[in-house]
Amino acid sequence: MAAVSGLVRRPLREVTVRDAINQGMDEELERDEKVFLLGEEVAQYDGAYKVSRGLWKKYGDKRIIDTPISEMGFAGIAVGAAMAGLRPICEFMTFNFSMQAIDQVINSAAKTYYMSGGLQPVPIVFRGPNGASAGVAAQHSQCFAAWYGHCPGLKVVSPWNSEDAKGLIKSAIRDNNPVVVLENELMYGVPFEFPPEAQSKDFLIPIGKAKIERQGKKTKIYRHPSILVKFNLEVTVINMRTIRPMDMETIEASVMKTNHLVTVEGGWPQFGVGAEICARIMEGISKKLVLEYSQAIVNIMYLNTYRIKRLKARSGQTTSTLNLSCVQFPGCSCCSCHWC
Amino acid sequence: YFGRPRQVDHLRSGASRVLVASRNFANDATFEIKKCDLHRLEEGPPVTTVLTREDGLKYYRMMQTVRRMELKADQLYKQKIIRGFCHLCDGQEACCVGLEAGINPTDHLITAYRAHGFTFTRGLSVREILAELTGRKGGCAKGKGGSMHMYAKNFYGGNGIVGAQVPLGAGIALACKYNGKDEVCLTLYGDGAANQGQIFEAYNMAALWKLPCIFICENNRYGMGTSVERAAASTDYYKRGDFIPGLRVDGMDILCVREATRFAAAYCRSGKGPILMELQTYRYHGHSMSDPGVSYRTREEIQEVRSKSDPIMLLKDRMVNSNLASVEELKEIDVEVRKEIEDAAQFATADPEPPLEELGYHIYSSDPPFEVRGANQWIKFKSVS
Repeated sequence: MAAVSGLVRRPLREVTVRDAINQGMDEELERDEKVFLLGEEVAQYDGAYKVSRGLWKKYGDKRIIDTPISEMGFAGIAVGAAMAGLRPICEFMTFNFSMQAIDQVINSAAKTYYMSGGLQPVPIVFRGPNGASAGVAAQHSQCFAAWYGHCPGLKVVSPWNSEDAKGLIKSAIRDNNPVVVLENELMYGVPFEFPPEAQSKDFLIPIGKAKIERQGKKTKIYRHPSILVKFNLEVTVINMRTIRPMDMETIEASVMKTNHLVTVEGGWPQFGVGAEICARIMEGISKKLVLEYSQAIVNIMYLNTYRIKRLKARSGQTTSTLNLSCVQFPGCSCCSCHWC
Repeated sequence: YFGRPRQVDHLRSGASRVLVASRNFANDATFEIKKCDLHRLEEGPPVTTVLTREDGLKYYRMMQTVRRMELKADQLYKQKIIRGFCHLCDGQEACCVGLEAGINPTDHLITAYRAHGFTFTRGLSVREILAELTGRKGGCAKGKGGSMHMYAKNFYGGNGIVGAQVPLGAGIALACKYNGKDEVCLTLYGDGAANQGQIFEAYNMAALWKLPCIFICENNRYGMGTSVERAAASTDYYKRGDFIPGLRVDGMDILCVREATRFAAAYCRSGKGPILMELQTYRYHGHSMSDPGVSYRTREEIQEVRSKSDPIMLLKDRMVNSNLASVEELKEIDVEVRKEIEDAAQFATADPEPPLEELGYHIYSSDPPFEVRGANQWIKFKSVS
């Protein structure tokens, strides 16, 4: 990333993901008085992970509500308030606890617009940290992208950096549908450059569009120990941003160019997001792909653990360039996996 | 969301349809009603109430309409024109009509799956209800909801998951308080649902935040096939709110229900927080159309309630004995109601089903159209909001 001489580079602000979500919620609370936040420790504690810091001081008890430890109860209350015309943000301290309330998310929120024949919308946001964290053990580490991504009527987004976080939370709050926002606790404290457009109060990222973070950038050389072949990796990294509705167009366009696909997620592989992407590729463009190598489809589970299914070298060559599309929804810090 | 002109406010219209009889009737009469059992309350609803002739005729017509509508649904179900779930509320008419009589149209109501009576009292027509039961496009949810998912202005269904509607109702009450408009939310559940944990979570938050929520337990003695003695360690459902004051009400007497509702609504509107009402009532049908209703209770019991406590009979006797109406006049109303139900049933049987192309509609609200995958990759449905 050499600096281009002759151009003056304006320094960009650095904002952590936590502050970006905070900003997004603050702006939406200010913009529309029907918006309010409820959840455990969101008010006087400033948020279990300090994401809602300062909001209670600014908006008071009416708009920022501390709830007792009653997920099913307060999620139902939030959905009921949405049905009656308010625009609640319901925080789950982690999405693991949303399992207690999952009936309200699916049966009361997601399905209602359909079952009412279009009469009763439910403009609610469910947000909170999802997936792996540091040493929190099995009960607190599950990724719910596949579970929520399965259900029609829900929108599911997963921001990676600060720009994603602010733009997506604002779009989610303004959306008239139930939106599940899967954040990640490990990313909360990570600062990112905040481009000037992200500093606007109307900065929105559309739900349903993936972003190409990096186009075929040359990366480090990888060598698999059992194959005496070197690969140069030209990885196009696609940040999904939205799990449902999934942006297959962007993924397909990239895979058509590269002919290889790696999906990365923090959830278990069976029936996962990667499985769905592979199924759609198989149903869709797979016949048009030129498969130079046999499939190298990898599901990465938890950080830095991977297994390569099959890699066959093209005969007669000692080095080759492997083009890869790497589709991720980083709710985890997948940027530290070996591929990139 | 509900700017639909078809909706009718039944309680506040229709009086002009009653023929002026040649006899002189009393304008109103005072009746004694059963005293309610109280929990954490010093005073309860009054033990006498005034019923005007106009109101009496309205309540009679509405209860008779609900009764006939449910019986028609039974008939259509046996003819296999209605299929799937169908939970009937005949016997419980005093509850839906009495509750509506005690509140305003601007108040809110949510209940579980035994919802046809409430759908009517909240303003939808019998036509729309029966057409929804038969799954036709003229139904109130365009045929996509069915028996358990009917919605109207300030009526939030129709909810299939037992107990889930109670936190929803507390949430609607939160919105009432948030908007500062003096409205209340009636949140209904049954004696079976009363043992759900989420109801106690809702009690806690409603009391903590003083939400204007009237929790109403419609105790018809049986949760599906399980009698209350076999399901609950305490069958005093009006006390189960613990720190929430409660009343136990005779749910077969429409005037008792009306007075108790007025009392409870005034309590909530004064900002004191939630209150709980247990309506002791009875259903003549089984739990649903697939339940004959006699394996867990005796026919004698059903017959006894029908002959001694039928809500329509009780109102009729009161009105006739106090010269508020004549037997002939009420019979005329019966005939009109029967005709209305017949017409509605005709419509519900003849109306076409929603078109298959619209199968994917209404997945998302306020979104541009998109495509939905069907049963295989070559079948696509369009989805319009």
